[in-house]
Amino acid sequence: MKVVKIDKRNWAGKLEKLKESYRLFGPVKDNEFHIFERLDKGELPDFNYFNTRLSPKSIIYPQSETMLEFSLDKSKENHHILKETDTDCSPRAVIGIRPCDAAAFLLVKRNFDTAEHKDPYWVKAYETTTFVGLACNNPQATCFCTSAGCGPFYEEGLDLLLVDMEDHYFAKIITSKGENLLEAAGWNTGTDADPAGKQIKTMKQEAEAKITSSITTDKLKDKTTTDLFDAPFWEEVAFACINCGTCTYVCPTCWCFDIQDEVNGYSGIRMRNWDSCMFPLFTLHGSGHNPRSTNMQRVRQRFMHKLKYYMDKYDNGIQCVGCGRCIRLCPVNIDIRKVCDLMNSYGD
Amino acid sequence: MLGYITKIREISERLLKEGKVDMVIGFRKGTVPMMNEPCVVKNPENVKELVWDSNCGINLANYLTDRKEKIGVVAKGCDSRNIVTHLIENKIKRDQLFIIGVPCKGMIDRHKITSMFAKEIKEVVEEENRIIVRGDDYEKIFKKAEVLQENCAICIHRNPVIYDELAADLVEEQKDVDRYEDVRRIEAMPAEKKGNYFDNLLSACIRCYACRNACPLCYCLTCFVDESRPQWVGKSINPTDIRTFHFLRAYHCAGRCTDCGACERACPMGIKVREFTKKLEKDCFELYGWEAGMSLDERPPLDTYRPDDPDFIK
Ligand code: SF4
Ligand code: SF4
Ligand code: SF4
Ligand code: SF4
Repeated sequence: MKVVKIDKRNWAGKLEKLKESYRLFGPVKDNEFHIFERLDKGELPDFNYFNTRLSPKSIIYPQSETMLEFSLDKSKENHHILKETDTDCSPRAVIGIRPCDAAAFLLVKRNFDTAEHKDPYWVKAYETTTFVGLACNNPQATCFCTSAGCGPFYEEGLDLLLVDMEDHYFAKIITSKGENLLEAAGWNTGTDADPAGKQIKTMKQEAEAKITSSITTDKLKDKTTTDLFDAPFWEEVAFACINCGTCTYVCPTCWCFDIQDEVNGYSGIRMRNWDSCMFPLFTLHGSGHNPRSTNMQRVRQRFMHKLKYYMDKYDNGIQCVGCGRCIRLCPVNIDIRKVCDLMNSYGD
Repeated sequence: MLGYITKIREISERLLKEGKVDMVIGFRKGTVPMMNEPCVVKNPENVKELVWDSNCGINLANYLTDRKEKIGVVAKGCDSRNIVTHLIENKIKRDQLFIIGVPCKGMIDRHKITSMFAKEIKEVVEEENRIIVRGDDYEKIFKKAEVLQENCAICIHRNPVIYDELAADLVEEQKDVDRYEDVRRIEAMPAEKKGNYFDNLLSACIRCYACRNACPLCYCLTCFVDESRPQWVGKSINPTDIRTFHFLRAYHCAGRCTDCGACERACPMGIKVREFTKKLEKDCFELYGWEAGMSLDERPPLDTYRPDDPDFIK
């Protein structure tokens, strides 16, 4: 393990240098809240934030993404033939992503990047991106990452982890991708790791101790899926839900999409847009039948998918990293922590 | 607020025990500051869940649409006006309802308060007319009037217009409020500026439809944005499609919107969606002297025709 000390005085200059070899993305304040955006020349990431309102998943997996293009103009060669869209695949780096959000990409990877199927858009975007994390020294009251498989200093999914030490950052090198980035910026890679490592460890323990919120998932795996599906509490859980797209759109681990063709004049695109299991249209069949026609069925689907089906299918934890966004932003205060506990203790 | 809560629980318990209703729809305490959760109580023993405070901004008329049960419903001024609209539009029947009227003192603006603090808000408590916001190492006290939702600050119908029993004495209605100052400001803009203004307003919209779904008026089985044959509106985050959604939704609410603010409260991005609906609310008032949901005896102006209707098409 190597740790590099970055003096904040030359942070801006080195980031500027980094922009020569990477397209940089980072948190910036847009109106009232932070959002991940491309950092233009002279623009710095603003680390004075808890977490962004929307997760950074859109950097790898945009809400609306062009997949293919076509022309309907019969006078053109290759009309009516779908062709690949040119996308910029040059290296990118996300500076200041929170550890939970980086870990979320690993959960999503199990869906988009498997031995049998590779989603070319997601995989290409993911592989060309370097993730520079920012450890959370001050987690929020709604963060429950430590009981959702990661934590405020969690490293998996990151290439580098930055720890804010007031006048400097420590950058902990996690992968060779991370090391390459440090070199490209011209940050010296030879710091004595031991004392820094100790300091980081203490900070990590302090941050973890500040997390007051948690879920219990220990019994979910052994529950019979159909029992949970038929549990009587779903009607009550779902009552307030207005079936909007908020919880799924803000979630770093929700991955569903819908494919659409759009034509303007003679030129068209095939694109995919985020979709949400909370929308009635999500499961509407061509016949008019809808297997999830009620509010309750859709709410149940979201929680069962995240907390039970995902676990059943991959045997690798839940499909949630505990970022707390859905709790903070649900317009009617449906709280995944409460639902998870109901599920975990059901039938005891 | 304690008096309100006791009374709401007392009425609810009685209704459930006497079998007058199958359920009571109200609010229970939320798990994060400035949020309560709409809830349903069926067992008289559970009425203790019901609460009332300045975080009950979601419109409960939205939870009545097409229900078949006998329902006790907690209704502040605007909810009651949307219940009237529901009754007129046959979305529920009067004899199914027992309306527990709540004379309202306004709801606090969670978006505004959140944006006032760079530090995390851990707790927001309410003491008669004072709102106390606390974080790890700070506390700030506001007069409630300073942090009301914008629609509540200009509300002139805080008392329920229809009810079976009241949870408290009627409150004094606000007088001499200028309801349309913001609309006039936008009306006065030259076309191009207006266009830019709306584009900026909507630039953060993620098309989650929380605004539409929180609205008691938006009960169409299939909303026009969800139609696929034909598909009226594109599905991406293209700004024209987003604008189309908002403009058309506002028109669909004309003459029906009570300015309850549920849409704006629900929006996860803090977008001021009322700027659209309110213009039409103002037009209905100015053209027809109409305020939605005030009486069961009159049809809304846009579903009736009178020879002397003003000619507003210019
Ligand atoms: S749980 Fe909340 S955020 Fe999710 S669909 Fe329901 S109302 Fe919207
Ligand atoms: S389910 Fe909620 S808490 Fe979990 S990762 Fe998604 S948004 Fe975050
Ligand atoms: S609009 Fe009026 S009745 Fe409705 S919550 Fe605000 S103050 Fe109360
Ligand atoms: S709730 Fe807000 S973000 Fe969602 S569709 Fe409405 S305006 Fe857009």
